[in-house]
Formats: sequence, C-alpha cells, structure tokens
Amino acid sequence: MKTLRDVPVGETSTVVKIHGVGATKRRIMDMGLTKGTEIYVRKVAPLGDPVEITVRGYELSIRKADADILEMT
Amino acid sequence: MGIKIALAGNPNCGKTTLFNDLTGSTQYVGNWPGVTVEKKEGRLKGDKDVVIQDLPGIYSLSPYTLEEVVSRNYLVEEKPDVILNIVDGTNIERNLYLTTQLLEIGLPVVMAVNMMDLVKKNGDKIDMKKLADALGVRIVEISALKGQGTQDAVKACLEAAKAGKTTELPHVFTGSVEHAIAHIEESIEDKVDPENLRWYAIKVFERDEKALEHVELSDELKEHLEGHIADCEKEMDDDSESIITNQRYNYIQDLVSGAVKKKAKKGDMSVSDKIDQVVTNRWLALPIFAGIMFLVYYISVTTLGGFLTDWTNDVLFGEWITNGVTGWLESVNAAPWLTSLVVDGIIGGVGTVLGFVPQMVLLFLLISILEDSGYMARIAFIMDRVFRRFGLSGKSFIPMLVGVGCGVPAIMAARTIENERDRRMTIILSTFMPCGAKTEIIAMIALCFFPGSKFVAPGMYFLGIAIVILGGIALKKARYFAGDPAPFVMELPAYHIPSVKGVLIHTWERAKAFMIKAGTIIFIMCAVLWLLMNFNWGLQFLDGDLERSMLRDIGTVLAWLFVPLGFGTWQGAVASVSAEIAKEQAVATLGMLAHAASDAEADMATAIRGMFGTPLVGLSFLLFNIFDAPCLVAIATAFREQGSRKWGWITFLFQMGVGYCLALCVYQLGMLFTQGVFGFWTLVAIVICLAVCYFVFRKTPDYGRLSDEPHGADA
Repeated sequence: MKTLRDVPVGETSTVVKIHGVGATKRRIMDMGLTKGTEIYVRKVAPLGDPVEITVRGYELSIRKADADILEMT
Repeated sequence: MGIKIALAGNPNCGKTTLFNDLTGSTQYVGNWPGVTVEKKEGRLKGDKDVVIQDLPGIYSLSPYTLEEVVSRNYLVEEKPDVILNIVDGTNIERNLYLTTQLLEIGLPVVMAVNMMDLVKKNGDKIDMKKLADALGVRIVEISALKGQGTQDAVKACLEAAKAGKTTELPHVFTGSVEHAIAHIEESIEDKVDPENLRWYAIKVFERDEKALEHVELSDELKEHLEGHIADCEKEMDDDSESIITNQRYNYIQDLVSGAVKKKAKKGDMSVSDKIDQVVTNRWLALPIFAGIMFLVYYISVTTLGGFLTDWTNDVLFGEWITNGVTGWLESVNAAPWLTSLVVDGIIGGVGTVLGFVPQMVLLFLLISILEDSGYMARIAFIMDRVFRRFGLSGKSFIPMLVGVGCGVPAIMAARTIENERDRRMTIILSTFMPCGAKTEIIAMIALCFFPGSKFVAPGMYFLGIAIVILGGIALKKARYFAGDPAPFVMELPAYHIPSVKGVLIHTWERAKAFMIKAGTIIFIMCAVLWLLMNFNWGLQFLDGDLERSMLRDIGTVLAWLFVPLGFGTWQGAVASVSAEIAKEQAVATLGMLAHAASDAEADMATAIRGMFGTPLVGLSFLLFNIFDAPCLVAIATAFREQGSRKWGWITFLFQMGVGYCLALCVYQLGMLFTQGVFGFWTLVAIVICLAVCYFVFRKTPDYGRLSDEPHGADA
C-alpha cells in the first residue's frame, strides 16, 4: 500500500482511503485530508520528520507516522 | 435585554483581532494557530448592551480536543443570540468546513469573510452572493486588521439576532446519509431542543459519545438507529464519522469551485515560499533558529538592553532618583526610618526591578516580532522531530515558546493538546523556559559576575530547552507517561510582515503587566522585607545594622537548605524564597540588601558580589532560581490546569527537584574541578548525575500492553 509517507517531495498525489479510527483519523480528516483530495508534498523538515504538504490551498505539517494512515494513488 | 454575539472561526483566522477591534480591548494576537485558549467576553464599543464572546479557534466541532468541546458546549447549551463566523478569505475551503457545522446548531449565523484586503491583493475573486445563497447566511466582507467592514458585520449580527429565525440548511449530505439523519431526527425529536435537532441528529449518526450524554436514548431505540447507521456505513464502505466529514468537504469543494476564482499562480513562488526555503532548509534551519534566538538574547540582554539597563540602574535610579529623593527627604527633615524605607526599600527594591525593564521590553519586542511574523510556527515544524523522540508533539513546543514571555499563558496554552498525558507533561515542562521575569535575574547575575559575557543569557535559554528535552525523555519512561505520541497535524500560516501597531501593543501589554506587578506585589513585598530588614524582634529601628534584623534571623533559619548549593547565607536564602512570590522579587531583594549593606560609594554589582563571593556561587544561585518551580501565580495555574492536587504536587516537586539538583551539581562539581574540594555533597552531586543519566538513558520498561487510545480530553 502506498501511503503519504511514500510520496516524494515535489509531487502531487490523491488520497484513496484513510485508514485508522478515532481521534487521529478525525483530526486528519477535519483538516481537509479526505478521500479524493489532492496533496502536494512540499518539503521534509530538517530532521527528516514531519513533512509539509499543501492541501486545499494551505500549508500543513504532518508527521510521517500520521501520514501513514493515508493511502495514496 | 442584551444581545450576545459569539465569534467562532478557525485558529489564526483573525478572530481575536476582530474581537479587539469591536471591544477596544487588547487581547493577545499571534501568527500561529491556537493563541486563544479560553473564551473571553467583552462589550461592544459604543453599545454596552451587546456582549461579544470570543471563542477559541477551532477547525471543527469534534469531541476530541478541549477547545472544541468548550466551544460547542457553549454554543449548544448557552445559546448566544447569534454566531458571527469569521472565515479566512485566503483559505476558504477549510474555513467553510466549520461553517457547515455551525449552521447545524440552529442559531442565526452571520459570516464575516476576513482578510479581504489580501484576497484582493492576490487577485482572487469570491462570489459572495453565490456563497450566501447556498449557505443561507448573510455575508459581510471585512478586514479585521484594518478595521474595515467590522461595523457592518456587527450590524448584520444585530439584525440577524432580532429576526431570530434561521433559514433552510444547505444540502450538504447525499441521499442515503440524509435519509438516515432524517430518520434519527424523527426518533429524537421529543428529546432535544427543537433548534438543536439537526445538530444532535448528526452527532447521533457520528456516534459522538459526548453529545449522546445529552440525548437519552432507550436501548431499544439505540439499537434500531444503530441498524440504520450500520447500513449506511456498509453502503459507503466507511465509518459514520468519516462519511460525514467526507461529504462536508465534497459539498464545500463543489460550492467553492463555482464561487471562488483563484488567480492561477503555477510555478510562481510567493514571498512566503521564498522565506520558507531558507529558514526551514534542511541544513540551515537549526543553525538559523539557534542564531536567531542567540541574537534575540544577545541584543536584549547583553548589548543594547544591557547598555540601557546600566544607565537606568546606575544613573537614573542609582544617582538621580536616589540622590534627589535623599536630598529632598533630608531637606524636609524626614525621620531616618522614613528615608530608609523610601531609599533602601522602595527605590532599592522596586527601582531595581524597574531598572531591568529596558532589557525585558526589548526581549518582548523581539519575541513579538518573531511571533507576529509566523516564524514561531516554523520552529514547531523544525523541532517536532526532537520532541517526538520523547513522545511529545510539536504542539507542546508552542506552550514553551509562549513561556519565554510568561509561564502562566504557557501553562494555559497546553490546553490545545488533545492527549492528557502529553498535556500533563507539557505543563510540568513548559515553565523551565526562562520567562521575562527570570530574564531579570539572568541580567542581574550576568551584570554582577559575568559582565560583557555574550553567552550567559542565550546559554540559559538553550539550557532551558535542554532541560525540557532531558526532563521529557526521563518522564516519558515513567509508567504514566509511556505510550504512543499524539498525532501532530499543524497548520503553517503564511508569513506576513508584523504590523507595527500589533507588535507595539503586544510588547506594551506585556511590559505593562510587568510594571503593574512591580507597583503592587513587588512594592508590598519590598515594604514587608524592608520592615523585616530594618527592625529587630523588639521592633526597634536598626538604621542599617542588618546583622540584628528579623530578616537575618529568618534567613538564617532557612539558610541550611542552600548550603549544598553554595549560597547558604541568610541573604541567599531570603532572595531565593522571596523569588517564589514573583521571580523578579529576587532582583528586588538583592537590590535592597545591596542598597542597605553598601556604603554609598560602592555600586550594586560590587555589593552583590560581596554577598555571594565567587562567580560559581552566583551561577548556582541563578540556576536554582530560574530552573526551580515558577512563581506562585504560575504554580497556582499549574495546580488548576492539572486538575488534581496530586498532579499539582507532582509538578511542583519535580520542578523544585530539577532546580535544586542542577544548582547542587554545578556548584559541587565546580568546586571539585576549580578548587579540588571533595566532600559529602560532592558525592551527592555525583550520585545525582548518575541517577539523571540512568533515568534519561534507561530503556523504557515494559509496562505491558498500553492502550493506544489517548486518555481523552475531559477536564
């Protein structure tokens, strides 16, 4: 399964499915990362984590561990 | 009959700026999400019958974080007359997500699209009519920062509140979901307030436990509805909560694609992007962060601030005011005790605290500029990895950034953290960051013992970070705190040039609070200390003979506590204990003691050097007083925010332990290395160091299976 973690910097990908349950999943979806959303991976933080993405026209910082619940195309 | 307007909107959408504009107050605004953590009330400028309620910034009305729960309980249960929903026009898609939820509560809603000046500058076009028609709300265009359109927004709110009724809700959900919700509405109709029906129906569909507590469903009905929800979930191949979220965003996406025209800017980098490329650069980010913080402290404490403080301490308070007041008191033949009270007590104490104000104002000014620009949010992004190492989220970093100003809002800021374990740990750790008041102690000790040193002030800042990190690692290995880190999803706001007005207001507010404190608590403390310092137990005025004073006796009783730290003198004890009232009281106390002890010739620094002896003792005093428990107000806040006496005490004792052990180790090992002194306390210091290493480096014991669920956000 390809997740958001695997999307290289500078590429755009689309959310296929969000795995997981409860608070984490809800928080991520609340921020606009829902099925069918396009995500552009902007950069990785200096220490390798988290990643900065552009989603719905704004910048969001998300940890790789949390990015793993997002299945991408 | 007053009218209540509730301001609701996403974090960092300009709510507090609007609140300040409407009420004329000067609440703190910063360019990062989560500045407002408590709801605040104010009255409309020009019409005192209108109450404005500022709610914390939220992305959603989910049951998972404290601010969201606070906000939705307020809206659903206390029923303000109208909700003013502030929407960031530059980020409309995500902002409307909250709007769709606010509409369901059933109160009249007015939407204020903020930052219109930026929207126009970007060349974007928003078709307000289309949005208003689709959502069934009145829309007002505003720019809170420039105060444009804000009065129109209030007018619209008052009209909406008077009209009272709400229009038809937008059709957010698709066929089968809408069907299930309608079915729930029918079943719970007689159990909730009619205007909240839609809200509760959707919450039941989402299986929101916190909302379900308010709806008494029989087991039979629950099971029946559960069947409908489950059918829907099966059809959609997702859980009910996610179905709702998905459909909201799908609806908004459709709406926005028709109503908002963004000027295409492919390949074109905004200024924000360019700045970001440098300051969050893979290799440069950490050195830049260290460099910026070094500069902030170097400028505010060492160079420019130090220069100003030297002048205020030595010339303004040391010569002009002291000599002027002394001369005047002598000319009117004031009693010696009165001269002593005014010169040694008030000028020596309060004056010394005020003497260091220029350094603090500079520090506040520079920090405000950083906060306002949006850089602080980037620091959380850069440092998240370090923080995750000990299981804290980058969110915990924000309270620590706030802590550089004052520990009390820092502890409050921990409320934005969903996970109870993380929140408790953040409260324990965030006050280790040296606050403004502690900066005074740093400045004074640096002035007395390390004049001209570049590294003392920034060093204390970075030492604070180190203690937070090591303390975090050690705590995380304890049974209670062990477990997976909470998720960290944080918005990175665009940079903007700090507004001069905003920065100045912010700096002034902080400095003002500080000076009010100097005029009240510090003033009273100085008077009390002066009394104890200048009278013996028979209440005879001693006229400078401190060795017979009550204060000396009290200090002597406490002094043994500080013997292992090197400043086991009555002066050191009195200064350290009085610093618990307010940290800058240490400076006031030392200033008074110096004033009273020295003959007029010697300056303050010399007198204080005389009290402590070597720089090592001065350093030990400094370390103890900035890394032990914070001042009383902050301790009380920590007790309240921890929500239990037990956790309040754990916080207090942990902080005291850290400060004491750190000072002890530095002093004892310093003595060992500089003078070869080896005694019982040296052994203790070595044992402490080994223990710290053990707690930091040990492997996390296996506590068995831990639940992955966070402990929840109930207060």
